[in-house]
Amino acid sequence: MATQHSRSVARFMMAPAVILLLGWMLVPLTMTLYFSFKKYLPLRGGDLGWVGFDNYVRFVSSSTFWPAVQATLVIVGGVLAITVVLGILLAMLLDQPMWGQGVVRILVIAPFFVMPTVSALVWKNMFMDPVNGLLAHLWRFFGAEPISWLSEASMTSIVMIVSWQWLPFATLILLTAIQSLDSEQLEAAEMDGAPPLKRFYHIILPHLGRAITIVILIQTIFLLSIFAEIFVTTGGAFGTRTLTYLIFQRVLESQNVGLGSAGGVYAIILANIVAIFLMRIVGKNLDA
Amino acid sequence: MGRIQLKSVTKSFGDVQVIPPLDLTIEDGEFTVFVGPSGCGKSTLLRLIAGLEDMTSGTIDIDGSDATDVPPAKRGLAMVFQSYALYPHMTVRKNIAFPLRMAKLDQAEIDRRVEGAASVLNLADYLDRRPGQLSGGQRQRVAIGRAIVREPAAFLFDEPLSNLDAALRVGMRLEISELHERLETTMIYVTHDQVEAMTMADKIVVLQAGVIEQVGSPLELYRTPRNLFVAGFIGSPKMNFFEGEEAAKHNAHTIGIRPEHIAVSNTEGTWSGIVSVSEHLGSDTFFHVHETGLAETLTVRADGEVDFRHGDRIHLTPRSDVIHRFDAQGLRIG
Amino acid sequence: MARTVTTRRKTLNTAFAWAVGLLIFFPILWTILTSFKTEAQAIASPPIFLNFDWTLENYAIVQERSDYMRFLWNSVIIAGGSTILGVIVAVPAAWAMAFVPSKRTKDILLWMLSTKMLPAVGVLYPIYLLFIQLGLLDSRGGLVVVLMLINLPIIVWMLYTYFREIPGEILEAARMDGATLKEEILYVLTPMAIPGIASTVLLNFILAWNEAFWTLNLTAVDAAPLTAFIASYSSPEGLFFAKLSAASTMAIAPILILGWFSQKQLVRGLTFGAVK
Repeated sequence: MATQHSRSVARFMMAPAVILLLGWMLVPLTMTLYFSFKKYLPLRGGDLGWVGFDNYVRFVSSSTFWPAVQATLVIVGGVLAITVVLGILLAMLLDQPMWGQGVVRILVIAPFFVMPTVSALVWKNMFMDPVNGLLAHLWRFFGAEPISWLSEASMTSIVMIVSWQWLPFATLILLTAIQSLDSEQLEAAEMDGAPPLKRFYHIILPHLGRAITIVILIQTIFLLSIFAEIFVTTGGAFGTRTLTYLIFQRVLESQNVGLGSAGGVYAIILANIVAIFLMRIVGKNLDA
Repeated sequence: MGRIQLKSVTKSFGDVQVIPPLDLTIEDGEFTVFVGPSGCGKSTLLRLIAGLEDMTSGTIDIDGSDATDVPPAKRGLAMVFQSYALYPHMTVRKNIAFPLRMAKLDQAEIDRRVEGAASVLNLADYLDRRPGQLSGGQRQRVAIGRAIVREPAAFLFDEPLSNLDAALRVGMRLEISELHERLETTMIYVTHDQVEAMTMADKIVVLQAGVIEQVGSPLELYRTPRNLFVAGFIGSPKMNFFEGEEAAKHNAHTIGIRPEHIAVSNTEGTWSGIVSVSEHLGSDTFFHVHETGLAETLTVRADGEVDFRHGDRIHLTPRSDVIHRFDAQGLRIG
Repeated sequence: MARTVTTRRKTLNTAFAWAVGLLIFFPILWTILTSFKTEAQAIASPPIFLNFDWTLENYAIVQERSDYMRFLWNSVIIAGGSTILGVIVAVPAAWAMAFVPSKRTKDILLWMLSTKMLPAVGVLYPIYLLFIQLGLLDSRGGLVVVLMLINLPIIVWMLYTYFREIPGEILEAARMDGATLKEEILYVLTPMAIPGIASTVLLNFILAWNEAFWTLNLTAVDAAPLTAFIASYSSPEGLFFAKLSAASTMAIAPILILGWFSQKQLVRGLTFGAVK
């Protein structure tokens, strides 16, 4: 609903944002695609010519590829499972009447605001250190042998750290969703004789369905590219080398740009598959 | 002065033509009501006049000069919106003063006009409040105040009463009518409520699907509706329509008789039927009559004292001088 | 109607919720507490919770040794600069999409969102190369631009959802009242949009402050913000718990405080308006 004049003004006002993002998307993407078809070793000869799909084949057939895929899946899956389940429980708890709700909410949300390098470092040293870490003290208190978390239980450790960072996000979104549930619906179900557990399954959970999907999709996109947590804690050792980290190592550490770029293209494709689902939901919401 | 003339105006949204070519003249000082069911294009028509939408083709004259390409701000029209569209961050005083500030009037003149409008609209005590602190009726008055201070060529109202409760609506209806009597400025008023149209208008424009079905004074529309649509739309309760044998008796495809033009009796009448529901309004009683052999339900309006109950037999006699006759195309005969 | 519950039930809820809340908050609390201990007390066995000699010496040492202020300043410039730049670019775009929607608006919005999904690692080398070519490596200006670009979709989206809540009729009223486009934006839209713009600025400042992929990979010394400052503690200085804690506390404190103000906006901003 607008006039011709306002429409041309609108186009003019959108232009800077559109042009910037178009550039940001196209320029590096084209370069990544370009490099992915080259043998390109900046420190060992530079551009060594076109190699076709060689990099793509080598990236997938390298012995590091499948472990990286596995590490990625374990981290993403583990963190998603923990944050969604605990997030639902926590959101329902925070929705109950209590004293000091605002303060508890802040306590729960706080980890989200801690920068990734700090949380990784604090967990690594002050909690997971096998000698002086708080968890080691706890283990000893119960008479158990302390674990060297980041080498012996490296994946568990990373999943723990990342879950701690993302639990607030899941909780907050699910809490917002729960609070939008019309309490009359629950009262109607109660009048219809549904016990608490049935009310959870038949009313609360379906109501949360969309929010849960959104949490899963958004977290997946962020979790696929977690970097600092691994960079600071294990540096990719002890089986914690994810796809993202593998590509980072190929590109910047071993400076095999062609191979890394091919990996980058895989990562982009993977992220896009998840993104399509997210966009569908967001798009539907736009129409409403 | 505010004579507004639309000449073969059309409006399309994409491929959908919401207003086919339309001509309409609104005389200076006239209170014109656009009425029709929702989606009939009445609000779009108002927005075209306001300049908030571009016309697809046609021209619009305001006071004899072509305003087709004049932006809304320069058309000299004031509008009262359905949601009132008050500026939430400004006090009532600033809201009312806003158009004057935009017109770069000097502060003394602005103050004078705002005070004037506020006293007319009983808003003097609320000038320093914000819209959020006002009741629906008060907000409505602020919106009107913002419109009148500009001394516009015409006022445009877009369903201004639809967000008010029933009692307030009646009060505001009266206030707007009084305002029109006093200002004698052209007013164009959009509503879907035929009661508002009947009570306020000098001239009613009945619209359906972007087409003007009839233009006329309230009583013209009531007495001589041009077609079935207008006949059914104007008047409450709705006119009764019959086809078939009863219509044929009057040499028509369809005949219509208003509920208030049927006399009731418990002994004799032209038609008879069984009362299914009787609605007592105090002053009037509406009977919904079944099994008349004429139509599914027949509505009758009788005096408040008349008492029939569910299941009672009722005899009905129509006033033959006010039977409306329509042909197969739904157009009025005679 | 919220139902009233018994005091007993409420007490139980409260106790349980506080226990869980404190457990989740504990790592932060522990870090803050440890930052005030001496190194010996920080690794004491069994751990000392509150009963230690409070000291500020760790802060002094960290500040002295690593020039904390420079990192802090870099963080402020990078996060603040990218947010302000982003808002300047995004406000007109969001305005246009919210108030003059066309058939393509939805597609443009979704496309913008899709650029946010681009994994950083996929374009790491090209950006790295461009930075070298343009002499932007380890410069604050370069990071400002990159962080602006990665957060621009979120900024546009947040502003768009806020703007959409401003009823179009109010802007039309301004137009009818004789306001020009400039006056409409200045006197009507902006005052109504300020709360939304403020929330957007806040959340994006936080996101930019905590960004740790580009800041780690594109800086070395001069432009390194707090994320890199902390990463430099990963070894072997990390074993000095008290100093590590002091450094960490200094890095997260400003954001924790801002974060408390932004919790409501967080949901809207990070779900692109899909959950409100």
